[in-house]
Amino acid sequence: MIKFLFDRDTWQEVIDSMSKNKLRTIITMIGVWWGILLLIALLGAARGIENSFNRQFSDFATNSVFIWGQRSSKPFKGFQEGRAVQLKLSDAKRIQENIDGIEFVVPRNQRSSFVVRNSLSGTYGIAGDYPLLDVVQKKNLIKGQGRFINQTDIDNNRKVAVISEDIYKQLFEKDEDPFGKFIRINDINFKVIGVFETTPFGGPQTEIHIPFSTFQQIYNQGDNIGWMMITGKPEFDIKQIEEDIKLSLRNMHKIHPNDQRAFGSFNLGDMFKSIVDFLKGMQFLTWFVGIATLIAGVFAIGNILLITVKERTKEIGVRRALGATPFEIKRQIVVEAVFLTMIAGLMGIISGGWILILIDKTLGQGDDAVFVNASVSIAIVFVALLILVALGTLIGLIPAFKATSIKPIEALREE
Amino acid sequence: MLKISQLHKSYPIGDSSLHVLKGIDLEVESGEMVAIMGSSGSGKSTLLNIIGILDEADSGEYTLDDVEIKNLNEKKAAIYRNKFLGFIFQSFNLINYKNALENVALPLYYQGLKRKERQEKGKFHLKKVGLLDWAHHLPSELSGGQKQRVAIARALAADPKLLLADEPTGALDTTTSYEIMEFLQQLNDEGKTILIVTHEEDIAEMCKRIIRLRDGVIMEDKKVNQVRASQYV
Repeated sequence: MIKFLFDRDTWQEVIDSMSKNKLRTIITMIGVWWGILLLIALLGAARGIENSFNRQFSDFATNSVFIWGQRSSKPFKGFQEGRAVQLKLSDAKRIQENIDGIEFVVPRNQRSSFVVRNSLSGTYGIAGDYPLLDVVQKKNLIKGQGRFINQTDIDNNRKVAVISEDIYKQLFEKDEDPFGKFIRINDINFKVIGVFETTPFGGPQTEIHIPFSTFQQIYNQGDNIGWMMITGKPEFDIKQIEEDIKLSLRNMHKIHPNDQRAFGSFNLGDMFKSIVDFLKGMQFLTWFVGIATLIAGVFAIGNILLITVKERTKEIGVRRALGATPFEIKRQIVVEAVFLTMIAGLMGIISGGWILILIDKTLGQGDDAVFVNASVSIAIVFVALLILVALGTLIGLIPAFKATSIKPIEALREE
Repeated sequence: MLKISQLHKSYPIGDSSLHVLKGIDLEVESGEMVAIMGSSGSGKSTLLNIIGILDEADSGEYTLDDVEIKNLNEKKAAIYRNKFLGFIFQSFNLINYKNALENVALPLYYQGLKRKERQEKGKFHLKKVGLLDWAHHLPSELSGGQKQRVAIARALAADPKLLLADEPTGALDTTTSYEIMEFLQQLNDEGKTILIVTHEEDIAEMCKRIIRLRDGVIMEDKKVNQVRASQYV
């Protein structure tokens, strides 16, 4: 068999019978070519979307949940319903100590304030933050300069601010160096120590970060916190952690255990999972569509070979009269089928690659690209090729058996 | 060389069946040149097909070169055809996308010979039929007589024991027919056993023995004085 595959005559026969019917050969191959092109292009595009999604979330702890206080909806232990629930710093500490699977608890406060610099001003969200925020929600500092809030800022109630790129553009002149300059928040001067990039995704956006302790002072917050962000360890289910925390918080705040409205929450892990599931679904759909198209293409090849075999009945009869065994005839037809599918498949892979290159060139550049590195792994290409060879062999068997099912004497009589 | 006894063959036609060969007894010695004659429907082609192992008899015995031909599977049949038999067809049956040399070398390919050997043998036989200069021409570029000579070269290529010709001159004009017959006579002179199915009296006269079939039985089986085709050419 190996010898057969390396025999020049084998391929001579294949080329002869294909070039005898060029148009038909081409039309046949288009089916398989289109199928594999779709498969490669769709898989690559799906990967590109996934990559872009991952990139946007890469600076962000995705298995996290945000929790804030609302109003109770059930009377409990002598309290009436409708009581405002206020989270305290001590809550954060106790949650950190008591709930399993928590990695970080980040308490945060946020207010909207009037910010002035020279003659420019605007109203922005101001957040009081701990350095920990930079760990769970990585702030990409522009030009790698400056820094985020650190522990010393907290300890000394420093009046420093980390501002977003947008605010920098609104409050500063073009190309002006913002570091060490002051902005007025609530009529208090803050020194700018860092400028961070804004990301399109990533939960609630803050425009100006100041030290948590400074925030407590200037807004007179005491130990109150606006909300907290909790990240779970990777091996723990964030949904479960959320439930545990809420139950514990209800207990601490004397709220009915079944009161669902006393604490509000937003589970980023949950949302992230649903997007991941969606991407998985899309990939499955891609495979399904691609393989279905492939199968249709391979069937087209089988069909054409059947017609070819029918047309070549007499020739096959002559060959058998000259001593070709049925096996030799079958082998030739199967090789033809596999060769056709392979060539069409390879062309499909190549042109699929071109499409991916095109996608990358046009839609894959820049930071907010829809497709990032749209590509298909070599392994998948090989799997696709293997599937093609297998399908080609199977489909080739049909005309092969058809060719030898007819007796040589009848084949010879065929005109 | 070839021995047939009580050979029967019938074909189903609808519900009934057509009894084509009704007990044929035939013996052919090595070196004979036999014409099988008969009107259409006499069963001459069927007989040739059975002798050519392209068809199988319903009953009776058939021995070819001391080998009993019976209940062969397709693979065996193919090997015997390749080893024992050379076919010459009325319509030449050359493969139209292969050149003369490739056509001649085809049986050798199925014998498993190496490419170089095939080329050499193919050229040898093409030379024998006088068409070496046409080795790389496609059948469509050859005349009818040339095509049939290529077909003869192809039949000879595998060096068969028996040449079977089914109306070899049926598609040719008289002059070309005689040329082909002259060549077949030459081959017979060299010792090849040849069986020719024909319905042309003059072609049959050029053989050494004439067998006449009618309605599936042998009517007449006689040795004749061979008419040399060369005198007409």
